[in-house]
Amino acid sequence: MLKNKFIKTLVFSILSLVFINSIQADNHAQNSSEHDGNHKKEASDEAYDPIPVIMHHIADAHDWHFFDYNGHAVSMPLPIILWTDNGLVTFMSSEFHHDNTGEHVVEKKGMRFIKFHEKIYQLKDGAPAGFDYETTIKPLDLSITKNVFAMLMSVLIILIVFIKTASHYAKNGAVAPKGIASFMEPLIIFVRDDIAKVNIGEKKYMKFMPYLLTVFFFIWFNNLLGLIPWIGGANLTGNIAVTFVLAVFTMLVTNFNGNKEYWGHIFWMPGAPVPVKIMLIPIELVGIVIKPFALMVRLFANITAGHIVVLSLISLIFIFKNAAMGAVSVPFALFISVLELLVAFLQAYVFTMLSALFIGTAVAEHEHH
Amino acid sequence: MNNPLVTPELGLIIWSTIVFCILFFLLAKFAWKPILNAVKDREASIENALNAAEQAKKEMQELSANNEVLLNQARAERDEMLKDARAVKDKMISDAKVTANAEAERIIASAKEAIQHEKLAAITELKNQVATLSIEIAEKIIKQELSTAEKQKSLIDNAVSEINLN
Repeated sequence: MLKNKFIKTLVFSILSLVFINSIQADNHAQNSSEHDGNHKKEASDEAYDPIPVIMHHIADAHDWHFFDYNGHAVSMPLPIILWTDNGLVTFMSSEFHHDNTGEHVVEKKGMRFIKFHEKIYQLKDGAPAGFDYETTIKPLDLSITKNVFAMLMSVLIILIVFIKTASHYAKNGAVAPKGIASFMEPLIIFVRDDIAKVNIGEKKYMKFMPYLLTVFFFIWFNNLLGLIPWIGGANLTGNIAVTFVLAVFTMLVTNFNGNKEYWGHIFWMPGAPVPVKIMLIPIELVGIVIKPFALMVRLFANITAGHIVVLSLISLIFIFKNAAMGAVSVPFALFISVLELLVAFLQAYVFTMLSALFIGTAVAEHEHH
Repeated sequence: MNNPLVTPELGLIIWSTIVFCILFFLLAKFAWKPILNAVKDREASIENALNAAEQAKKEMQELSANNEVLLNQARAERDEMLKDARAVKDKMISDAKVTANAEAERIIASAKEAIQHEKLAAITELKNQVATLSIEIAEKIIKQELSTAEKQKSLIDNAVSEINLN
């Protein structure tokens, strides 16, 4: 019976997180307000709800939360940068004192700001503290959030790794790779030979190599960094805004390089009867957007799902309020984490490969019969 | 209210775009270009080296084939030379034999001639001596026979009797 219940809870928690539904989000809002800063009370009172914690872990945040100690969050504050009607406003996220309920008001330049579910809102004049759609405006939030910070760190790591790799060749000439270059060169050659050359073709692949390599290593490094708890635990490649940007870049690269035949296939499909040609135009036009949309969702869903599964398994310990459960959930979480190492590479590969494929179809020269 | 998971935050979109663009340009300039060029150069040099090795191998094969041909030629030449030498030797021997025979025959012939000559000379000499002797003897005999008048008369008588006057 217990086992059934636990499976149900697990399945429900995963499904409810992955699917887009507003009920869940509302739930999250309520639970989160109870949860914040009050783990102990929850644990003793009622059934532990893992959803807020998991949501908190995979969503973006305005401070880098390490752990809770004695009911107090230990975290690194990050700068908040807001573009408001009165211009730029900056302050550290620590000014909210970990408040996430919208009750703690920070006043800057005569404007009052609250933080509600890791989002910053500006209270309208005279409005009371606390979040309400009617009484708040959402300013343009350009804060260095947890994800932005993680991204900057990852970019730093990527730059160090690859500039070091490049310096090996600069120093020694075109010799056999050594050190860090011997780790990275096979991957670069993998991207070149098995992704770019295969999908774009011998003649034109070189033009797209920098983009494909950048995308591949950006995704892979961030996937891996996201798997490290505490220090790298940001869910960057599982954030839809980041995957959106990457997918948009692929869409732009594809369509800006589309040749006459590519557009010909979209607007006037060769070899089809005229009515079919007309019917195909809207379908092909939608396809331009759907292809990168699929890229965006695939990467986001895969990485987020991985994080959710690991966190859900760990949450079992708290659901059962039994440390012995760790004997089950830790090996499982370890197994999933190792699987995620594979997924991290696989998703970087899939994103890059499909980008190359789309670019390849855009630049391909068809043989006319 | 939208689910925060699938609602892209504009701030993060802006930051991602900026950061990704910067990363792209930095990597393209300082990493991908030198790395890809170095890898390409190396691949080219490896291919060149392999081609050169292949070429050298081929040349070696050609060279050894040439050597074989040369060796065979040399062998054939040697055989030819040996054959020639043998033929020359045989010819020389046979020539020498012929010459020697001819010379021998000539010597023998001239010797025979000389012998004949000497023999004739000797015979002539002998004949002369015999003639001389005979004349001397005849003289002596005649002297003896005709020493007396009777004897001279008998001789004349004999001779006259023998003459047949018929």
